Amino acid sequence: MMRISGNNVVDTVTKLVVVAAAMFAFVFVVMVPLYDVLCDALGINGKPAGDAYVAASTDIDESREITVQFVATNNENMPWAFSPSVTMMKVHPGAANDTVFYAANPTPRDMVAQAIPSISPSRAAAYFHKTECFCFNQQPLQASGEANMPLQFIVDQALPADIKTITLSYTIFDVTDMANSQLAAR
Amino acid sequence: MKKALLAMLFAASPLSVLAQNQVNMAPGVTAIGAEIYDLHMLIMWICVVIGIAVFGVMFYSILVHRKDKGFKASQFHESTKVEIAWTIVPFFILVAMAVPATSTLLEAYNSDESELDILVTGYQWKWKYEYLDESGNNVSFFSNLATSQGQIYNTEPKEMEYLLDVDEPLVIPTNTKVRFLVTANDVIHSWWVPDIAVKKDAIPGFINETWTIVPEEGLYRGQCTELCGAYHGFMPIVVHAVSPDDFAQWLAAKQGAQAATAAMAEQEMSLEELLARGESVYNGQCLACHGVNGEGGVGNAIAGSAVVLGELGAHLDVGIKGVPGTAMQAFGDILSDVDMAAVLTYQRNAFGNNTGDVVQPSDVVEHKQG
Amino acid sequence: MGDHHHGPAKGLSRWLFTTNHKDIGTMYLWFSFAMFLLGGFFAMVIRAELFQPGMQLVEPAFFNQMTTLHGLVMVFGAIMPSFVGLANWLIPMMIGAPDMALPRMNNWSFWILPPGFLMLASTLFMEGGAPAFGWTFYAPLSTTYAAPSVTFFIFAIHVLGMSSIMGSINIIATVMNMRAPGMTYMKMPLFVWTWLITAFLLVAVMPVLAGAVTMMLMDVHFGTSFFSAAGGGDPVLFQHIFWFFGHPEVYIIILPAFGVVSQIIPAFSRKPLFGYASMVYATAAIAFLSFIVWAHHMYTVGMPVAGELYFMYATMLIAVPTGVKVFNWVSTMWRGAMSFETPMLFCIGFLVLFTIGGFTGLMLSIAPADFQYHDTYFVVAHFHYVMVAGAVFSMTAAVYFWLPKWTGRMYNESMGKIHFWVSFIGFNITFFPQHFVGLAGMPRRIPDYSLQFADFNMMSSIGAFIYGASQLLFLYNVIAAIVAGDKVSDEKVWDGAEGLEWTLPTPAPYHTFEVPPTLPESAHGH
Repeated sequence: MMRISGNNVVDTVTKLVVVAAAMFAFVFVVMVPLYDVLCDALGINGKPAGDAYVAASTDIDESREITVQFVATNNENMPWAFSPSVTMMKVHPGAANDTVFYAANPTPRDMVAQAIPSISPSRAAAYFHKTECFCFNQQPLQASGEANMPLQFIVDQALPADIKTITLSYTIFDVTDMANSQLAAR
Repeated sequence: MKKALLAMLFAASPLSVLAQNQVNMAPGVTAIGAEIYDLHMLIMWICVVIGIAVFGVMFYSILVHRKDKGFKASQFHESTKVEIAWTIVPFFILVAMAVPATSTLLEAYNSDESELDILVTGYQWKWKYEYLDESGNNVSFFSNLATSQGQIYNTEPKEMEYLLDVDEPLVIPTNTKVRFLVTANDVIHSWWVPDIAVKKDAIPGFINETWTIVPEEGLYRGQCTELCGAYHGFMPIVVHAVSPDDFAQWLAAKQGAQAATAAMAEQEMSLEELLARGESVYNGQCLACHGVNGEGGVGNAIAGSAVVLGELGAHLDVGIKGVPGTAMQAFGDILSDVDMAAVLTYQRNAFGNNTGDVVQPSDVVEHKQG
Repeated sequence: MGDHHHGPAKGLSRWLFTTNHKDIGTMYLWFSFAMFLLGGFFAMVIRAELFQPGMQLVEPAFFNQMTTLHGLVMVFGAIMPSFVGLANWLIPMMIGAPDMALPRMNNWSFWILPPGFLMLASTLFMEGGAPAFGWTFYAPLSTTYAAPSVTFFIFAIHVLGMSSIMGSINIIATVMNMRAPGMTYMKMPLFVWTWLITAFLLVAVMPVLAGAVTMMLMDVHFGTSFFSAAGGGDPVLFQHIFWFFGHPEVYIIILPAFGVVSQIIPAFSRKPLFGYASMVYATAAIAFLSFIVWAHHMYTVGMPVAGELYFMYATMLIAVPTGVKVFNWVSTMWRGAMSFETPMLFCIGFLVLFTIGGFTGLMLSIAPADFQYHDTYFVVAHFHYVMVAGAVFSMTAAVYFWLPKWTGRMYNESMGKIHFWVSFIGFNITFFPQHFVGLAGMPRRIPDYSLQFADFNMMSSIGAFIYGASQLLFLYNVIAAIVAGDKVSDEKVWDGAEGLEWTLPTPAPYHTFEVPPTLPESAHGH
């Protein structure tokens, strides 16, 4: 026998159910986008922006030289040959630089790869701008095919003074199944 | 010989991770390791002192303020002054701890230029090391657990470096800032060497960096510290710090050997060359599971095996891709094409198998191409 | 509606359909004890394998299943439901309410637990085995690389989470709306306060866990890439989401334990709890802080230095309100007239050992030092000190303390003391050496270890067998009390006990406070 007004209990319960539902939604609607936004804005996890950069100024800072290292990693079961054409470049902030990554598909089937970039130190990611990158899109290669995949980048003049070396690492993943199911979905 | 001597010296020293029944963290051999150790000891002693004070009061009370001793209970039950005091004082103690902690952490994030950069990649269940070279001539190799299955499954006595020994250690020069770029091939791993106070998670698709300057030559052993599947406990790390001159020699030799192996892959090798090389590969990579006479053990027997005696394609598949769901790993990435050809040739001709088959490196390359 | 006036129904249907908080509390307590023994059995397998270097009993993959299930069963099956059981039995009696606010939801909250755990335990028999990725189930080991049973693991977590959320809503609704007239918030027993705050934490973070496992489900089955770099996701995102749940979760585990200790120490000191208001504020401070410190579980993941510093400072701060609570408990004892019956022994054991666990927690909060502690046995030692010597000791104290009120029977005091001493000694032999091997370099979650760790591991395993055996003694003590214990009929079973539950007959009748009590003038809530 409840001797309190049933409405108070219903009130409390309703509010708590709303809170629980909101916290569930919070994960998808806030935490995930917030994580991406913070990582993009602050380059926290070393992930450079996923879109092509449009250069604002073209001043080149000749007084600074930054070493940019290129590293290539294959994810598990990715049988492609994948390597940078040069392991390191010395660049000036503000200058546009070009290089290529070599990829070859040695298998007898057509495949699709996705290259995922990662930058170290992570706080340099916000200052590493890619104007053209093979990582922007999935990369298909036919059986026994090979390609030289272009990368064009600018190191921002505002790069903190204590950073002298930036390492850009690409990991390639086999996304053939993912790409095929996206195609099938259309 | 030199390695064994060094190992023995280190086992005896309290600095070594092999020291028995160690109860405390070791300061290790690096400056940052010593700072971390000092910080650890400082915090610990502060806690001990506070603990003695608090437990002292408590035990005194337990001994004296007892009903069975006729003690009469007071009824005081609050004091704002005292609450404020024991909120403020601990706060200041924490600030005092935070100061050295901050400076040590900032030191760990030091971003001075490094002289040597090494890409460390965690695999299930081994490490790959790749020395980044300006000219693109990167020395790269896998580092596998060297402890035999017999030791693990208690049919052989355990060596001193049980579970902390690898076939190929990471060689680095002393007194040189070495930068480690850490990533992973599959799941999250973590690269930890206590004696140099370096631990960094290896995350697939992402690169982390950390660094060390090792002032003393020696062997430093560590382990994977992030659960990464069944054999997480079986992928140790050994760092061999040598003088910069010795390092330069080692690196040059490795580069030469790598080039030679690459060149060999184009050539035809004789049966004798293949067998000699193959035996050495078998002893290093296969013997632990497949037996010194190919009799089997954890792995299937090689002697009289249908796969080994049968069609080459199937044999190549097992060696290159492994057998998923079993302990037979994929060796396609671990063994060079020359080594793969050699060991398969050896297996097909040793242990009474006597097929007379010759597997060339080019056979391996073609098979991988499908 | 007149049925309940004739006492409880008979037979199995009484238990299946009961909406009575005492019955439901009893079911939670027995269920959690069964889970404690199950989780303990998994721990025995772990410690048996770790008794000596080398693999003797199980394969590494199965060992990982044992460590995973040990953690999941202990956290979600033993500790959390046991305190919910306590909440069910005690909260209505402590606030002068006849039952919980939502008695039927209360029934469902309990009854979804056994099927949930059955589903989890059944994964042991599935193809690929049970979950083997640790109770923290980091992606991608728990997504791309998981055995097929991961789907059932995810469903089980959802079920367990639903139970916790419903239980917490019930507790909040009850405490906020059903206190006896005159029982203001600041007159409630501290046990009720700690559960109220814990329930808010649960409502806030269990849905986050649900979100995390739903994202896993989507990655595994629906082609999303929340935690996979290949599709633009990030395994570290999983860790942030998990620990955003995970850190409040450990406070969810310990706050009710704080509440129990805050009831029992004053009773056996024959003195009011020192600093009641501060204890309430400290509990609230701990709960608030618990939301903003999660990444101290991730110091080696590659965070920028500013992030590491922030999380280090925020985590260190938690020592302040926690210290306040320890000082208040000691001050309660000070100049009391103490006696040392079994509940008090377990509370004193709690006070000493939980404080030690708090000290190692402070050490762990220091980020650069944590580079050497993270993922080693030093962490394992820390959390077993706070969760076992903390939460489990407190729970054990609670059972001995309130059992007479629940059943009208007294346990055997000598047997209780033996249980305490064997537990205390066994616990410390098990977990103190783990500090040493962790500092000396032994990682967590490994089925085999290097030779220099052998002696302390053997010691730890022997301690574990002793501690495990002592829990069978606990079971015996409880059953012996219920079946053949001396009858107790004093309302105030313990002469120092205060609170509304101690004004009720012993054993407590099936229905209590159907008419709200008049609070005594002096009521200070404890």
